[in-house]
Amino acid sequence: MELICPAGTPAAFREAVDAGADAVYCGFRDETNARNFPGLNFSRQELGEAITYARRKGTQTFIALNTFMRAGHEDLWYQAARDAVRLGADALILADFGLMAHVAETYPEQRLHVSVQASASNPDAVNFLVEAFGARRVVLPRTLTISDIARLARQIRCEIEVFVFGGLCVMAEGRCSLSSYATGKSPNMNGVCSPASHVRYRQDGGELVSELGAYTINRFPREEAAGYPTLCKGRFDIADARGYAFEDPVSLDVMDQIDALREAGVSALKIEGRQRGKAYVAEVVSTLRKALDAKPEDRRALLARLRLLSEGQRTTAGAYEKRWR
Amino acid sequence: MNAAKPTLTLGPVLYLWEGEKWRDFYFRIADEAPVDDVVIGETVCSKRLHFTDPCFPPVIERLEAAGKRIVFSTLALVTLERESQYVRSLVADSPYPVEANDLSALALLEGEPHWIGPLVNVYNATTARLLARRGATSICLPPELPASSIAEIVSATPGIAFELLAFGRMPLAISARCAHARAKGHIKDNCQFVCKEDPDGLPVKTLDRQSFLAVNGVQTVSFTCQALLAELKDLLACGVHRFRLSPQDCDMVAVARLYDDVLQGRLDPEEGISLLRQIYPAAPLSNGFHHGQEGAAWVARARNIGHGAST
Repeated sequence: MELICPAGTPAAFREAVDAGADAVYCGFRDETNARNFPGLNFSRQELGEAITYARRKGTQTFIALNTFMRAGHEDLWYQAARDAVRLGADALILADFGLMAHVAETYPEQRLHVSVQASASNPDAVNFLVEAFGARRVVLPRTLTISDIARLARQIRCEIEVFVFGGLCVMAEGRCSLSSYATGKSPNMNGVCSPASHVRYRQDGGELVSELGAYTINRFPREEAAGYPTLCKGRFDIADARGYAFEDPVSLDVMDQIDALREAGVSALKIEGRQRGKAYVAEVVSTLRKALDAKPEDRRALLARLRLLSEGQRTTAGAYEKRWR
Repeated sequence: MNAAKPTLTLGPVLYLWEGEKWRDFYFRIADEAPVDDVVIGETVCSKRLHFTDPCFPPVIERLEAAGKRIVFSTLALVTLERESQYVRSLVADSPYPVEANDLSALALLEGEPHWIGPLVNVYNATTARLLARRGATSICLPPELPASSIAEIVSATPGIAFELLAFGRMPLAISARCAHARAKGHIKDNCQFVCKEDPDGLPVKTLDRQSFLAVNGVQTVSFTCQALLAELKDLLACGVHRFRLSPQDCDMVAVARLYDDVLQGRLDPEEGISLLRQIYPAAPLSNGFHHGQEGAAWVARARNIGHGAST
């Protein structure tokens, strides 16, 4: 199985390549990709240099153009596709099927991957994207169990890539407008979720309050470490309960299921984290590379150190495990 | 296109209403509500299908007798084999047009006239035209779209009917996990159908007691109710002629009459807004997405904000 690694900066990109990534994915510095954060991503020139560096080391580069084209401004996405192809991207990761159609028609030789943001969660959906646009690989939404994936793999005609480590969307990706409901900025349209521009922290008595737009997302007593107010990982009042209504502040880790994923028919394992620094990328990629190449009995010790890097140091297998639902 | 008569569509009931309540709701819609099209069928959770199945034949019969055009809805999230089978058989056997709410239905409907629901990501005219070429005759655009995008898509996609969510809590997210079951101490596989206890959704409040969201099984909807009333005139001018009313647990016949009155020029939109607040007092109104702001916002005097200005 391939290891697909994130890079938000040229420095992180080189770290990922050096640490043993089979492919690195990244995006341009604008709203064409779903990690459109200040200080992140690549200019055309930086991307060209990164691809050259990766090529020399035998690593592939995937370019994420995985937001939905804003009506009337499609040229921004078309130009990004043109430049990614020209610079030698090994694959484009796309979510908008208008853009998929454009790429399939204009650059028929270009390898096309279906982004997790497209929410292709079943055989009819995946095969549609394969037939209509020649998709070669699908990144599956984090809504499936490992046995769901195995069943799907038998019925589709393209490769499967799944997220195994890092941030975790609770909602079906590409189909969530919670962030724009609170802030006006959304993953689909602006490439951001719970954007820092709308985050505020304030002290209220003994508690630190985190807010997104006009809404309180969490309150932390003094003894508790405060987390970032990602909307779906906030604490709310629901029914008679007070707590994490959608998901705890956890991150995804299913690296202990590598063998089951391989048997299920998965071709590539993906690490989330284009917003992470180069030290994090280097550590995670090199550890997961070793784990992937190690014997199953040696993996546990390797993976234990990664727990420390995870958000809140707590992890979940998410939807891969049936009980999570 | 501009000469088309404006019409109302009743969207599918997104919540779990038990058999009789569901049946009686549609009987009354058939008899009294000025809606032309009725989109019907489970959209949120495949586990709920057996609640309404027995009531389908009499409801369909009553709606047809009343001259309503019927469209069958499909599931928003299809992951299990039996969910795939359900969508396949619905598409294969439906005597009525089918509305696609995910990519599987979209794929299966190629080549036959069909509708696209608001849960399919249509953010630009390239995508809308692609869907039209595949057989879509009607697209209900996603609630998140601002007016500028709507105007652009509609003007660049001739020959297809566009619809907008004009009333109802907005669908915001869907998950493999059931937050509704979780809130009541269950997991999805053993949910005991607790979502039927909340026919208008289960409110989610912030720790500072702000009303924020509502959960409806695996779906999360806005706490606010989308209300496009002052915007209708501009929308008609830019080529949108169909407006969707999404059923909430209130007098939907009154809601339909109110929208019909505004569309026909019998009722001033501002008066309509205050009447709507009385008909559905449970949720504050919002129209923020339409005006390019946060979805929960309410932009008053919206009629002064032009639509076609940017195009």
